[in-house]
Amino acid sequence: MIVAGCDVGSLATKAVILNQRSILAQAVVPSTFDPAASARSAMDAALASTGLSLDDLSFCVGTGYGRERIPFVSRAVSEIACHAKGAHWLMPSVRTVIDIGGQDCKAIRIDEKGNVVRFLTNDKCAAGTGRFLEVMARILGVSLEDLGAFKPGPGEPIQLASTCTVWAQAEVIHHLNAKKPKADIASAVNRAMAGRVAILARGVGIERDLCMTGGVAKNPGVLSALEQQLGTNIRRLRLDPQIVGALGAAVFAREHLEGRQS
Amino acid sequence: MITAGCDVGSLSAKAVILKDGLVRSWHVIYAKPDPEESAREVMGKALEKADLDQGDIDFLVATGYGRNAVPFAHASESEIACHGRGASWLAPQVRTVIDIGGQDAKALRVDSCGRVVRYAYNDKCASGTGRFLEIMAGAMGLDVSDMGPASENAINPVAISNQCVVFAETEIISLINEGRDKSDIIAGLHRALAHRVVSLARGIEPEPVIAMTGGVAKNTGMFRALEEALGVPLLPLEIDPQIVGALGAAVIAMERLKGK
Repeated sequence: MIVAGCDVGSLATKAVILNQRSILAQAVVPSTFDPAASARSAMDAALASTGLSLDDLSFCVGTGYGRERIPFVSRAVSEIACHAKGAHWLMPSVRTVIDIGGQDCKAIRIDEKGNVVRFLTNDKCAAGTGRFLEVMARILGVSLEDLGAFKPGPGEPIQLASTCTVWAQAEVIHHLNAKKPKADIASAVNRAMAGRVAILARGVGIERDLCMTGGVAKNPGVLSALEQQLGTNIRRLRLDPQIVGALGAAVFAREHLEGRQS
Repeated sequence: MITAGCDVGSLSAKAVILKDGLVRSWHVIYAKPDPEESAREVMGKALEKADLDQGDIDFLVATGYGRNAVPFAHASESEIACHGRGASWLAPQVRTVIDIGGQDAKALRVDSCGRVVRYAYNDKCASGTGRFLEIMAGAMGLDVSDMGPASENAINPVAISNQCVVFAETEIISLINEGRDKSDIIAGLHRALAHRVVSLARGIEPEPVIAMTGGVAKNTGMFRALEEALGVPLLPLEIDPQIVGALGAAVIAMERLKGK
C-alpha cells in the first residue's frame, strides 16, 4: 500500500511518498502561480526516484493553501492538522509544533495521538513569517541559507526596534549605511524574527517536547534565538522540516486507507 | 509680533511664519538625513519668502520627530498638539483631526479652544500610514503624487485583501499582471488605507466637523476615500494640509508670547 501527501505552499510545494512504515521519496519544488501544476511537478519529482507512477498511489491527501486545486488528491486536510500529524509521526513525544512558512506562522498544541488541541496563526502581518527573512536577506545581499548561518561578533549586539517589516527594513538599511558588521545585523534580524514567533508560541501555551517545522526551521540563527527567548530547547527532527506538512498529509492518507480496511 | 513653527518630520520638513496673526510665509522641503540641517534649510527658505531674518522671530516652536534637533527653537511641542491647534485655528468648528503622515497616522479630538482632548496614534505598522501608498506607487511605477489624479478614472475599485504592506505589495503586482485597470487598483488602495485609518479613528469616537491634515490629504482620491469610509464629509482646509502641524506650532508660539 503506497500513499502520498502533497503540500502546496505559497513559496514551495512539497511531496512525500510513504509505504507501510517508511518514507520512500520526498521532493521540494518552488511553487508557481498554478497550484495544480506545482503539485504535479513536486509529485513527479518524488515519484521519479521510486520508479512508480501516479497510478501506483493508493490514496493521496493534499494540504497547503492550494490544497483544493490539486487534481490527483482524493482528500484535502488543513495544514495545521497535517503539520501536527507529521511532527507526531516523526517524534511522538512532541506536544507543541511551531511551523513557519513563507507567508505565515502557526503555533500548534497537540495531544499524545497527534491531534490538534489548540492553535494560533498569523498570516496577516509579514513580521514573524518567512517573508520577513526573505525581505531582510535581499537587503543584506545574502541568501536565505546564509542569513541563518551568521553568528554575531563580539561587539554590542544590534537590536531592531521595529516590529513592522517595512520599518525594520529601514533600520537594517541604516545599520548597513553605518557600516555595522553584516553578521551583527543578520543576527539582529534572526532575533527579531524569533521574537515575533515567541509571542505566538507563548500565546498557545508551550508544552514540551517542542519542535519546529517549515522552511524557516532550517535557519539555525532563528532556531537558537527562539530557544533562548522561550527558555526551552527545540527538538530537531530527523528529516527536512519543510516536508513535515506533506508527510502529515501522507500519514492521513494511510490512516484513511487503514480505516477503510478495518 | 512674529512667530514661527518648524515641523521636522520623517520625510519632509515644514516651516510657517506668522506675523500679527496672519500667515506671512511657509515652506516645505524633503527631509535631509540630519534633522538640524532640515530645520535650518526650511526655516531659511520661509524667512527668505517673508523677507525676514532669524533675529526677527520673537518666538519659535518646533514639532515633529526631529523637534529636539532644532537649535533655534524657543520651545517644542508634540505633533498631536500642533495638528490640533493648527486645524482649529484655521477652522474653529473642527472637532476631529485625522492626520496621515509619511510614517504615522493620528486621529485626535479637540475642544472649542483647539486643545486636544483625546487621541489615537499608529507608528508601529506601516499599513495605515503614508508609507503604504508610497510603496504601492513604487510597485506600480508611479510617483505618489500621481495616485490622486489616476484614481479619478476608477470604475470598479479593486478590493485589496491584505492589510500588511509587504503582502499587499505582492497582491498589487499580481493584480497588475492579471491586467486589472490601474485606476481601479489605485482607488482600491485608497479605500484600503482609508479603512485602516478609520479603524484607528473609531477609537476616539470622531465627532464632526472633521478635517484631514498631513501630506496624504493632498491626494484627492484619498480625501474622498476617507470621506466614504467615515460616512461624513471632510472639511477642506484653506491651506496646504501638509503645513498644519507647523502652523499649529507657530500659533502655539504666538499664544506663548501673548501669555508672557
